[in-house]
Amino acid sequence: MSQTILQYHGVHAHYGAIHALRGVDLTVNQGEIVTLIGANGAGKSTLMMTLFGKPVASAGKIEYRGDDITRTPTHKISRQGLALVPEGRRIFARMTVLENLQMGGCFSDPQHHAADLQRIFGMFPILEQRLQQRAGTLSGGEQQMLAIGRALMSRPQLLLLDEPSLGLAPLYIKQVFRIIRELNERDGMTILLVEQNAHHALNVAHRGYVLQHGEIVLTGSGEELLASEEVRAAYLEGSSEAA
Amino acid sequence: MSAYVPVHQGPGFAARIKDALAVAMLSLMLGIPMIGLHTVDSGGALSIATRWPWLALFVGIMFGGRLAMQFALDHFKLNKARRAQKRPAVRATRPWLKWLGYAVLGFSLVLPIAFSGNRYVVDTATTVLIYVMLGWGLNVVVGLAGLLDLGYVAFYAVGAYTYGLLSTHFGWGFWQTLPVAGALAATFGIILGWPTLRLRGDYLAIVTLGFGEIIRLILVNWTDFSGGPNGIGQIPRPTFFGLPFSPDTDTPTFATFFHIEYAAEHRVIFLYYVILALALLTNLFVSRLRKLPVGIAWEAVREDEVACKALGMNVTNIKLSAFAIGAMLGGFAGVFFAARQGFISPESFVFSESATILAIVVLGGMGSQLGVVVAAILLVLLPELGRDFSEYRMLLFGAAMILIMVWRPGGLIASREPTVKLNKGAQA
Repeated sequence: MSQTILQYHGVHAHYGAIHALRGVDLTVNQGEIVTLIGANGAGKSTLMMTLFGKPVASAGKIEYRGDDITRTPTHKISRQGLALVPEGRRIFARMTVLENLQMGGCFSDPQHHAADLQRIFGMFPILEQRLQQRAGTLSGGEQQMLAIGRALMSRPQLLLLDEPSLGLAPLYIKQVFRIIRELNERDGMTILLVEQNAHHALNVAHRGYVLQHGEIVLTGSGEELLASEEVRAAYLEGSSEAA
Repeated sequence: MSAYVPVHQGPGFAARIKDALAVAMLSLMLGIPMIGLHTVDSGGALSIATRWPWLALFVGIMFGGRLAMQFALDHFKLNKARRAQKRPAVRATRPWLKWLGYAVLGFSLVLPIAFSGNRYVVDTATTVLIYVMLGWGLNVVVGLAGLLDLGYVAFYAVGAYTYGLLSTHFGWGFWQTLPVAGALAATFGIILGWPTLRLRGDYLAIVTLGFGEIIRLILVNWTDFSGGPNGIGQIPRPTFFGLPFSPDTDTPTFATFFHIEYAAEHRVIFLYYVILALALLTNLFVSRLRKLPVGIAWEAVREDEVACKALGMNVTNIKLSAFAIGAMLGGFAGVFFAARQGFISPESFVFSESATILAIVVLGGMGSQLGVVVAAILLVLLPELGRDFSEYRMLLFGAAMILIMVWRPGGLIASREPTVKLNKGAQA
């Protein structure tokens, strides 16, 4: 692929005494879907959150479009064309769906808002029907759609998804991954996807990384990883029928 | 979504009887020494007499009362759950709320005329309005930004003492002091906000509580500056564009200028309209802010800080702006308070004031402007109306508050008005 958009150089991270990341190197190129899979507590979410300086990497360097953003304040990072769909969705429960979407677009040009809303309604028709409803009254799957929609309102160049399939019904999981593929193929959006659902994630991704105990233990294209013995044994046993 | 789901019926009759028996047992144990036995003075010596029928009656009442209470509660819960199920996901906007708002506004405008000659009513209404304004100010911090502030009275005190000191030492007028006091209170708001940015909920509440006490203790102990416990007296009253409300006729006064007879009520009515104007400005200001990005951001921070950061919002600035604006409004109210009373002392800025203001916000329904008005009226009027009950007044007051919270746990007006509405054409 073409240009590198995001690069981790030997990133370490600590939570107090816990060494959560142990020298991670990772690259995301323009127009790619890259997935990061691993077991619970492997450091997947930490890896993604160090990008936002929560926690700040204790060693190493993170580059976004050539700029070192390792120590940039969180709110400034997200204004540079990165959008995060956080783990557990974290929508604004007592605000309406429309207000949630508006908050997503609070740093993009207001002129685009109407068009962006229409684009998101095209992807998630359910959101248009629920526009005036309190976001907390949506179902889990709908909330996930809202969280993705909210992130897209900022017109990101790099979309980060933290466990978007967590706690969703199989039907919604399928829809989430279909959307991910669609965003990438149609809009050429670069996506970094953190997932426990290795089967779906590797199916949709161009490249993948396997994280174990804070280290990248395996990397390759989606198909390669799907076929690899280690990945099958560790992450896909008994889950491949979910498709 | 609209399908009816059977609501849990609660424990059966047998369980209720058992529960009531347990209560009866407990009351028997407590009742034996308290009711069953009593001492009688028989010829200089105390002897113990029994009154078992009274005890039996007491235990019986407790048994029956417990049963009745549990059934009533069950019934109440069941009805509530049924109503909740029938409620549509999108609440219809309630036009009567808007009309209630206009009615309250209209009434407040004509109140001094309707009750002219009754100084007590206008005075009480002025007190209500001070609390309404304080409630609206605190609503920014607690209701919108979700930052539990137990020391709000500190900003009220800053405003009051700013006017008290500037007017007595430097002869500043009410209208001159207002912006200065607002700015000073806002500064204090930021001073309080800065160290507490990382705190939420209980922890924030404790720190703000401490802050309120610090301000009060400084006022009590720094005698040279604030007059200590003696406070500041003879604070000038606000004037009507330079015309004082006084009986002497050497200089033009309000009465002489308008060629009307001097009456003490003029000032009371004038003060009422000043606080009404201040409160209405506050309301306008806050409701406008709420629809601006900063206001929506306050609510977003209340809902989820992490998500806000991920969306590029500067949570630090958002929280500080909430603290500063809330404090500024409290400061304005403080200036008015000092001008109205003519005398201020730290006694007026104790913790129970903070608690009352917070109670107004919570009771009214967090974030609701009209709710604050209703709650302020209740909280000021209930103790006033209860004056006939003398020492039971606060008991009645407490019971009323508990009942309201049982009846409406989300506050009197709990529904949240969306900040953006759809234009009808866009949505079928």
